[in-house]
Amino acid sequence: MAIAFTVNGKPVSVEADADTPLLWVLRDDLGMTGTKFGCGIAACGACSVHVDGNLARSCSVPVSEMVGKSVTTIEGLKSAEGTLHRVQQAWIDAQVPQCGYCQSGQIMAAVALIEKVGTPSDQQIDEAMTNICRCGTYPRIRKAILAATGAAAAAEGAA
Amino acid sequence: MADNPNPDLDLPETTAPAEKTKRKGIKRRIFLAGSALVVGGGIFGVWWTDSSVKAKGNALIGGEGKPAFGSILTIAEDDTVTVFSPHIDFGQGSHTALAQMLADELDADWSKVAIEQAPADLAFANAALAKGFLPTMAGETLAGLIPDAVIGMMARSMPLMITGGSSAIRFTGEIAMRRTGAAVRAALLAEAADRLGVPERELTTADSVVTHAKSGKSLRYGDLAAGAAQRSLASDPVLKARDQWKLIGQPVPRRDIPAKVDGSAVYGIDFTLPDMRVATIAAAPVRGGTLESVDEAPAMAVKGVEKVIKLPDAVVVIGSGYWPATKGLQALSPKFTDGGHAAVSTPAIYAAQGKLMAGGKPDNEAGEGDVEAAFGAANAKLVEAEYRVPFLHHAMMEPFAMTGHFKDGTLHLWGGMQDPLSTRAKAAKAAGIDVEKVVFHPMIMGGGFGRRFPDMVEIIDQVAVVAKQVPYPVKLVWSREEEVRHGTYRPQSSARLKASLKDGQITAMRMDYAQSGNAEGEVPFIYNLPAASRRHFAYQSNQIDGPWRSVNATQIGFYTESFMDELALAAGADPYEFRRKHLPEGSRHLKVLDEVAKRAGWGTPLPEGVGRGIAIVESFDTIAAEVVEVALKEDGSPKVLRAFAVVDCGTTINPLNAEAQIAGGLIMGLSSAMGEAVTLDKGAVVESNFADYPILKLADAPPAVDVHFIDSGAKTGGIGEPGLPPASPALANALASLTGKRIRNLPVLAQAKA
Repeated sequence: MAIAFTVNGKPVSVEADADTPLLWVLRDDLGMTGTKFGCGIAACGACSVHVDGNLARSCSVPVSEMVGKSVTTIEGLKSAEGTLHRVQQAWIDAQVPQCGYCQSGQIMAAVALIEKVGTPSDQQIDEAMTNICRCGTYPRIRKAILAATGAAAAAEGAA
Repeated sequence: MADNPNPDLDLPETTAPAEKTKRKGIKRRIFLAGSALVVGGGIFGVWWTDSSVKAKGNALIGGEGKPAFGSILTIAEDDTVTVFSPHIDFGQGSHTALAQMLADELDADWSKVAIEQAPADLAFANAALAKGFLPTMAGETLAGLIPDAVIGMMARSMPLMITGGSSAIRFTGEIAMRRTGAAVRAALLAEAADRLGVPERELTTADSVVTHAKSGKSLRYGDLAAGAAQRSLASDPVLKARDQWKLIGQPVPRRDIPAKVDGSAVYGIDFTLPDMRVATIAAAPVRGGTLESVDEAPAMAVKGVEKVIKLPDAVVVIGSGYWPATKGLQALSPKFTDGGHAAVSTPAIYAAQGKLMAGGKPDNEAGEGDVEAAFGAANAKLVEAEYRVPFLHHAMMEPFAMTGHFKDGTLHLWGGMQDPLSTRAKAAKAAGIDVEKVVFHPMIMGGGFGRRFPDMVEIIDQVAVVAKQVPYPVKLVWSREEEVRHGTYRPQSSARLKASLKDGQITAMRMDYAQSGNAEGEVPFIYNLPAASRRHFAYQSNQIDGPWRSVNATQIGFYTESFMDELALAAGADPYEFRRKHLPEGSRHLKVLDEVAKRAGWGTPLPEGVGRGIAIVESFDTIAAEVVEVALKEDGSPKVLRAFAVVDCGTTINPLNAEAQIAGGLIMGLSSAMGEAVTLDKGAVVESNFADYPILKLADAPPAVDVHFIDSGAKTGGIGEPGLPPASPALANALASLTGKRIRNLPVLAQAKA
């Protein structure tokens, strides 16, 4: 069946079985491989994307539920001019990634958290950041989130 | 256990018979250093003396306006220096660090240095040659004395396309990268001297420019490269002294990171080709089992499924994408044999290992001094303890994925492996074609941790066989379940430790341990004891035991360092002070231990409900000591509040990256100790995914890890692995100090539940 929705602001229409997870539509049908496959059971978060602004683990969301919805992936975080999202920049500044495979999902989760609560506390970071990183980059993930929101607060203060 | 009781004090060789212990230690140091040189010699043999190999390597990486040097780098007309790393980088940051080492000696402009993966071609390595050098250069007798574990590690490093054993920086970096950089700089200087008609000694180099201060003239490396490439490279160039380093030791940002934050990095699993199909696989649940039968019809009835392929021990479904292939596979009911391993289970393995140690003959015995006499001495206080650790899954975040395309007699492969060259050889064998007909395109990897050594990687054979049967390119992707259930795990292992104490000092210690591999020569025993013994009892289950980040140092470290705390308790001593008493005065180990105690505030009062633990382990020529502070959550599970690591790896090439490696290793060590276990029932793995194989998450990891390096200037050690081994004993020691309960079986959570 043809399923129409929006990915990173662009309308798409895909022919896929209704039960196909959004992850595989993104990766295999749309060729957007920034969103990763890690476990297939929504346990690791490597496949995290935003659906209408809410964090979702795309390996466990059927594409049929996407009709008319707006999906944002890691590829869609940059501005139209190609500037990195402040969370992405914070990730570079804090030198977070090692193997890097989980980091698309980590960044999507961090962006969703910041968009929801503004400047998260350590406890809010603990509760929201449940994605698995085997390299153990968690201290730098925390540092980058705090740095990104500090920068955000400063920017808002200046504006 | 006499491996290396006292590395810093055993410099002068002694002939006194009473000094037997030290002499053994000396021999060990000499041959370890010797084998490192052999590795280097092998590399140099290939890269410097065999001109035809060098020419081929240079032709593969160089080109018009981009001359190549030593099969390692090119210098373009615009001054861009491209460094080709023979090591893969699966997240450990060695590409950046290797380039730093070369660029420093070359005096290259770092902003114009690029890093690429060297092609998978013999021109960039020669395993056979290097292997052949081992007995030649070390001597037959000495080579014969090298334990299997060390030979294995050295052999893995020697072909140079292998990445493992924390070897990239300490071997390739120190020997190949720095010397090549220095030799090319010398060639550029010679070329500049001729062109300017001035003596070489009046020239200086910086930022990819040769300058003649007297005349004010200068020449860029890009101008000089073509001429310099015609000159022969010095085989023994002068290296910079430490105080001349500009890049080595600097916290240079990693070059691979930008592509890993915007989704543009292409991993093996991301690779696509026009017309490509995607396949997935189910192998026999019991390792060693075979495929008996399968009715292909239910899979073929699934929309998008194109083909079912039977392998001797697995069934593969090919579809238009991963999802149709997965649905097809799930529709099948394959019948597998159990390979005769139905009786294998986790408790059965522990029982068999216990029996071996109780009555079997050790397969290897190391140590010196009369342990039995010390145990039997009057007034000796004896302490005994048994420990057990389970199989561990590597859990690299990117499940195995490899693409194959068999076209016009040539098999092209795309994926990420720890050794590109043996990947080719393995695929060629599986496909029944000549190795020259296999082209391997290395891709970046979502972790590895020891799971990607081609000899143990089934997907290479699987994709080679599958690709040969279909006309289109096919990407084979393992599900996480396949990954968890068909690992090359850290071995399940048991140990019995016994020691005697007198006047608060250890008089003798024995460790018996049962597992597949012998740890001798790999994990040095660091304490200075009158008598010590380590006995290995070989036990092999139906599983393939593989190297798991830091290899045997995790379990040996856990046994030794847990037991040291038990002995401290029996001696009524503080665990830190007790270790101090058994480490040589003035040693690097003691400095590392003292520093971590100082930084962690050892001995200062802790808040109510918090315990503190310490451990120190040497692995891969690096000494690491760690302290963790732990509390219990409401459900009784531990939470690490603070963590400290002090590391002496000789020289820290890139502190920014080294810190990440040590902190990440510590967290991976905590994760494994806390909840990870692969268990067997009826020969098959019980766990299936992250739901029942829990990896530590951010909330349970220490919010920060205080990492400190001691730049001792000793031989450069590894950093990818040594952060891991002290973590699990430090955690167990902290829990024991908090609760009074000694954790002797890992993981902690399973024991808390039991």
